[in-house]
Amino acid sequence: MNTFKPVLTEHIDQKDCHTLSFYKSIGGYTALEKVLTMNPDHVTQEVKDSNLRGRGGAGFSTGMKWGFIPKDSNKPKYLINNADESEPGTFKDRLLMNKAPHQMLEGMIIAAYAIGCHTSFIYIRGEFYQEYKLLEQTIAEAYDNNILGQNILGSNYSLDVVIHRGAGAYICGEETGLLESLEGKRGWPRIKPPFPAIEGYLQSPTIVNNVETLSCLPHIINRGASWFKSIGPEKGPGPRLFCISGSVNNPGVFEEPMGVSLKDLIFDRAGGIPDDKQLKAVFPGGSSSAILTANEAMDVMMDFEELVEKGSMLGSAGIIVMDETVNMVQACLNIARFYAHESCGQCTPCREGTSWLVMMLTRLINGGGKPGDIDMLFEIADNIGGLIDFSKGSFGKTICPFGEAVAWPVRSFVEKFKGEFMEYLPQEKVVA
Amino acid sequence: MKSNGKPKPRFTFEDPERVEQIFSQYPDKKSATLPLLHLAQSQEGYISNSVIDSIAELVDCHPAVVMDCVSFYTMFYTKPHGRNIIQICQTLSCSLNGADELVDHVTDKYKIKPGETTADDQFTLMKVECLGSCGTAPVVQMNKEYHESLTKQKFDELLAEFE
Ligand SMILES: Cc1cc2nc3c(=O)[nH]c(=O)nc-3n(C[C@H](O)[C@H](O)[C@H](O)COP(=O)(O)O)c2cc1C
Ligand code: SF4
Ligand code: FES
Repeated sequence: MNTFKPVLTEHIDQKDCHTLSFYKSIGGYTALEKVLTMNPDHVTQEVKDSNLRGRGGAGFSTGMKWGFIPKDSNKPKYLINNADESEPGTFKDRLLMNKAPHQMLEGMIIAAYAIGCHTSFIYIRGEFYQEYKLLEQTIAEAYDNNILGQNILGSNYSLDVVIHRGAGAYICGEETGLLESLEGKRGWPRIKPPFPAIEGYLQSPTIVNNVETLSCLPHIINRGASWFKSIGPEKGPGPRLFCISGSVNNPGVFEEPMGVSLKDLIFDRAGGIPDDKQLKAVFPGGSSSAILTANEAMDVMMDFEELVEKGSMLGSAGIIVMDETVNMVQACLNIARFYAHESCGQCTPCREGTSWLVMMLTRLINGGGKPGDIDMLFEIADNIGGLIDFSKGSFGKTICPFGEAVAWPVRSFVEKFKGEFMEYLPQEKVVA
Repeated sequence: MKSNGKPKPRFTFEDPERVEQIFSQYPDKKSATLPLLHLAQSQEGYISNSVIDSIAELVDCHPAVVMDCVSFYTMFYTKPHGRNIIQICQTLSCSLNGADELVDHVTDKYKIKPGETTADDQFTLMKVECLGSCGTAPVVQMNKEYHESLTKQKFDELLAEFE
């Protein structure tokens, strides 16, 4: 039974839900009023207590991240709203921007207040032109109503928000690639540490948060940390926007509590698979997550910890469903090609390895498979992303986690559907 | 200035106020590079060397730095394209929902392969990566606008609007 009531998307079907007057009619900006009377540290503490974890991919504790902003620094602080949304299978931030832009903006102002920021940026992917235009209106409305600018709502607090358009590069969703891009350079991720909270935009302390993460904040302030923590698993609670696409009858964005079962998402919310075909495999958390086989997918809760235990990750919660007719070698090539195209080219294993994967998989598909190709695919994947233990947060051989983001899915395709890859190797027998 | 060549036509922004406004939004000049490139491209259709020189001068850096930036991003074009750019998403969810057929369809219909422009300059075809709208696959971006859940028939109707 489903008793959960959507939080972030409750009003998205209503007329003019993107306008300020609508947002105010449902209690919009009351959380901001409350926050402006609070000590910024208490705001951070409340968010920490809520156990909110980032919705952009890595799932890091939001309150804890804010806590890394140095208290003694007299440099300006920056808050950046990551609206780059370019992880294949993910399309929730676009919905939030179109339907609830003021909820997101209120979240931004709350976060900016908590970290002491007076200039904040929305880094939006360049292709989202319509959303960019809409956000311009949202921001203008906010300035006209003293929700942005000098002395917000009569307080001592002032904030400017600037929209910055990307220009077509997946890697600019990675927070340090984003910072380079914002500084007017190619989006080459930086070596960490220093982390952005210490040295980010223009060497100043910077927090990067995802659109959905920020959109949760007004609700946490209004209803309290313990309410938030009571939704789903305590270590990673809250409402979550699950995006379902691929081979399903009713693709879309579905808001559910964290920890919902993947089976329910696919077969109930998304209406199952067209023509009653069988499920074959699923990306649970965007194309950077290891795929799950049908059996694995039928028995998993969409929770940070549980997916790590199953050798994958919740990532951006972008669920891509593949039915029995999907050729796994072709699908693997499609994903490898994406990463080869999007590699920023900075690290040799990633730049060279991704092109190698594409060349090899293309050769296999064109009938040129050779003995030893399977081992070679594993070797290339491991050279890019290594065998890492994500739960320990260890990252391997490249400057940014893009390396793992390629290696994981590719490795999982070959490992879990080895038979299909071996059918492309005429000389080798298929072992069961 | 060389005596043998013609002087290069200098690029200037049509809307200097917008340029000022962009600069006023950032704490440093170089951060204005991307927005200026977008603005220049919307004026000229692509980023010429002359655009690069002007922006370098405005943001106070060597043209090579701006060039480096331009070359990194797929949305900045360094040469002119057709009047309408058809961008078909080819990533997994779109591919599973018929994107490849849409590419073939354009190729059959206008005799252009991805990356090519029709002889009358009306269309340029491009294959692009995930447009962040996979729930309404297949997705085609026509110039600035998204067209979602496309069938071949809906796609034809769309193309007809631009013919
Ligand atoms: C290759 C790569 C691509 C990423 N793309 C995005 C993205 O498009 N949007 C996003 O919010 N985070 C993206 N991230 C995660 C960001 O680096 C960062 O962790 C996130 O924006 C932090 O916000 P959060 O804590 O609210 O999740 C990406 C990370 C990597 C490694
Ligand atoms: S891992 Fe790949 S994308 Fe990340 S910095 Fe290295 S080359 Fe660039
Ligand atoms: S796969 Fe085409 S929009 Fe995401």
